[in-house]
Amino acid sequence: MNPAALSGLVGAGLVGLGLYSLIVNPQPLRKLLAFNLIGSGVFLVFGIVARRGAVGPFPFDPVPQAMVITGIVVAFAASALAVALMLRLSEEAGRVTLDPDAWTKPDEGAKDP
Amino acid sequence: MTLLSILDIGLAAIVLGVAAWTVLARDTFGAVVGYVAYGLLVSIVWVRLYAPDVALTEAAIGSGVTGVLLITAATRLSGNRTEADRGLSIKVPAALLSLLVTATLAAAVLLLPDNAPSLAPAADQGLAATGLGNPVTAVLIAYRSFDTMLEKIVLVLAVVGVWSVAPDRFWGGAPAPLGRPAPQGDLVLLAKALTPIGILVGLHMFWVGADEPGGAFQSGAILAAMWIVVMMARMAGPPRINARWLRLTLVAGPAVFLAVGLAGPRMAGAFFAYPVSVAKPIIIVIEAFMVLTIAATLPMLVAGPPSRKSAP
Repeated sequence: MNPAALSGLVGAGLVGLGLYSLIVNPQPLRKLLAFNLIGSGVFLVFGIVARRGAVGPFPFDPVPQAMVITGIVVAFAASALAVALMLRLSEEAGRVTLDPDAWTKPDEGAKDP
Repeated sequence: MTLLSILDIGLAAIVLGVAAWTVLARDTFGAVVGYVAYGLLVSIVWVRLYAPDVALTEAAIGSGVTGVLLITAATRLSGNRTEADRGLSIKVPAALLSLLVTATLAAAVLLLPDNAPSLAPAADQGLAATGLGNPVTAVLIAYRSFDTMLEKIVLVLAVVGVWSVAPDRFWGGAPAPLGRPAPQGDLVLLAKALTPIGILVGLHMFWVGADEPGGAFQSGAILAAMWIVVMMARMAGPPRINARWLRLTLVAGPAVFLAVGLAGPRMAGAFFAYPVSVAKPIIIVIEAFMVLTIAATLPMLVAGPPSRKSAP
């Protein structure tokens, strides 16, 4: 198997790992990590498309590569926004959860608004 | 089996192993540290895919700057209660679904047609007109320049989004300082010794990006990393968000890019077209302002929303 196909399989594996983590890990920060794993798996699959498009003088197709570079930067910007929202939520409420019941139940720990 | 293919398989196994660790680790902080290592390993995979430009971006932004962001977040959130783990009734279906998605993607990867479509010949043809030698830079700044300009706007919007999370009373103030209140001596030494070298490397990468791997993104990310190191060593605090120089720096990249694009119809007959005779100088000017914007945007995204009152 050539290295490009192997990297594509790694990408496929990463998407699966990320998806699993996105579903089962309850903390939002872990979900953000999972989201980034899925993203980098998709980038790798895109990377082998670039590698397979090696025609002419370059050992790669530069167009998908340029799109991956743009994608990495945009993924970072989205992650930074998500982190800012999480930290603010934690500051206001003393916790960060995606459990809808947690916000309606009159329970322990959470500060009154 | 050659040595190289054994190394490739080993690398693939390590990447998947570290990724699995970030998914399964009990401790969030450990998972985040695993993610930083993962980013560095993935950049080696990119080198193996003949994508040095992507490898540099992944190492600098995907691993480095994202790492600082996530580690800071994990530290600030560490006082939170951890939530109960999901039961098997969710884990098993989730695992099955993930396996199915992975298997489908893997099949798609293996069954890709032999004659892959490629824009490489077209990219090569136009290269002489841009005066560039690196086709990836040519795609980013010339062929698909409108995309890249919009992407700079996305970065600025992300900064606006992060700032807007702040409580009203802090608007215009400075973000909370990064790192520990009393940084250790070795971090200060690192900041003093590394920053001048890092700035040189960053500028070099911007300059060679026209012909060699590198360019505005990678250069901006390295300069951004240097600013973050200086802020973490508490040698300089994050600036107030209403400082005029900061705001001008943040919008300089997209503004110059857009101005050149709007001048395109007059100069070269099409929106975002460059006249061939001065294409390279124009591209370098655009890139220089992009570097400036990226070098300011990434640290401001890491620093987060303002958390102190604006100075009177």
